[in-house]
Amino acid sequence: MNTTTTTTSTTPAIEVENLTRYYGTQPAIRNLNFSIPQGQIVGFLGPNGAGKTTTMRILTGFMAPTSGTARIFGEEISNGNPEPRKAIGYLPENNPLYTDMPVIDFLKLAGHLQGLHGKQLTQRIRQVIDICQLGDEQHKRIGELSKGYRQRVGLAQALIHDPPVLIMDEPTSGLDPIQTIQVRELIRQLGKEKTILLSTHILPEVEAICERILIIHRGQLVADGSPDELQQSQQAELILRIENAPDPQTVINHLTTLPGVKQLEHIENHTYRILLHEDSDQIRRAIFHECVEHNWIILEMHGKRQSLEEVFRRLTLQEPSTPHQIR
Amino acid sequence: MWALIVKEWKLFLDSLLSYLMLTIFLLLSGLFTWLVGQDIFLINQATLRPFFLTAYWTLFFFIPALTMRAFAEEKRTGTIEWLLTRPLSDWTILLAKYLAILGLILLALFLTLPYYITLTQLAQEGKLDHGMVAGGYLGLLLISMVYTAWGLFASSLTSNQVVAFLLALAMTVLFHLVFGLFAAHTSGILRSIFQFLDLSWRFQALARGVLDLRDLLVFLAYAFLGLLATELVLLQRHLSGQR
Repeated sequence: MNTTTTTTSTTPAIEVENLTRYYGTQPAIRNLNFSIPQGQIVGFLGPNGAGKTTTMRILTGFMAPTSGTARIFGEEISNGNPEPRKAIGYLPENNPLYTDMPVIDFLKLAGHLQGLHGKQLTQRIRQVIDICQLGDEQHKRIGELSKGYRQRVGLAQALIHDPPVLIMDEPTSGLDPIQTIQVRELIRQLGKEKTILLSTHILPEVEAICERILIIHRGQLVADGSPDELQQSQQAELILRIENAPDPQTVINHLTTLPGVKQLEHIENHTYRILLHEDSDQIRRAIFHECVEHNWIILEMHGKRQSLEEVFRRLTLQEPSTPHQIR
Repeated sequence: MWALIVKEWKLFLDSLLSYLMLTIFLLLSGLFTWLVGQDIFLINQATLRPFFLTAYWTLFFFIPALTMRAFAEEKRTGTIEWLLTRPLSDWTILLAKYLAILGLILLALFLTLPYYITLTQLAQEGKLDHGMVAGGYLGLLLISMVYTAWGLFASSLTSNQVVAFLLALAMTVLFHLVFGLFAAHTSGILRSIFQFLDLSWRFQALARGVLDLRDLLVFLAYAFLGLLATELVLLQRHLSGQR
């Protein structure tokens, strides 16, 4: 590892505290808090303009937050102290590269700037060329490469100093399906020993490689949990089919008064969709009792597991309120 | 820092434009020194003053052309973000670019040494004032340090190389012509201020072989202020604007 500080394995790799950043009067992120332990692969989700890139730029020292702090292995990221950045491999948005340079020269430069020299550098260059399968392209100018290969060069430069933390802003954007799969596989491999924070808006990608998801919306954290946890408990949904009810409105009126019920919707004859703040047996029992009391006959009541797309859509369509902390 | 300087040099040496600019610089200064206008044969003196005066004007265009891409191009392609997230301070990056460009200018000036050698051959024993030549070269170096610093500043303000070039040109014109003109047409305290700011007479003094510590300090201060201004522009990315 390349960090200069002594860190224990319990120090979070990435830690963000009350992070706020304004652009003029416009807040890009507001009071962001999260902590990523070492070795986790975390997907950073959110609609365009939600604040993903801003957060990553603060974490990598490109810009300072308006308030709050960002720490890498306990060391604060600031303009005055570039040292903690050594622990980070960064793939910026749109993967900017010096297109006039041959791949190998660029990797050499990237290594030099991370403090590698001589034999060690040559060895690392060979390794990252190997890992990113750039062998046949290493002497070509970056400008001559296809998008997929450029992306690999971007990854290779991020990996050159074998950083314990990788921050990647949309690592698979613009790649064809096969390249996407290759890059994902690569990330999964890297994730075995590194802490990775990657942003994307491709949801299957997150399901495929991330152990944990952070969803950010209008600059605020709206969800934090594993893909499974998010699907299960983010505003669970019940489908209820009853007979003998006078009219849908009465049912809706009665059931929405129950604690834990967020919203009720009549979707077809006798069938209702109930949105819950959180699914629990208690709520199901309350619904049951309410129905029995009015002599409504329950034909069907079952929970519906939401796809990640639905979770994402729901969370990012509404106004952000308080974060749904799952962990 | 060295790696960054080498990177800049490689980029320059890789592009045809750099060779073109170098050739034009040598061509123009050679032409005006030896063949056209107030050239050495016309004034019939063993002096490099015609060269220093031409070089001084050609540098006007030569240096903005060298500095224009420094930050503008990095901003346009987005590599500025990559560069500024390396574990290096802004100053390291800024100085690397500065020294890289100064190095190229030194190369250009070095390539004019044959003028001096030729002149030593032509001049009668003891007629060539070597101190004046040294002063002239020192003047060109100092002027280049100032132009380069402010050229970098111009380049940091925009992502368009042409705009960067024109801005840099405008700044050098200001330091060399406009302040002097103002000084000529004002009086009293204003006149002294403009005279102080005007770089052209300080350069002329150096090219005559008059070395004044104050001139030296003014040149260095100008260069430093240019770099400081550039650093302030780079720091601007951290600012959030009003809340």
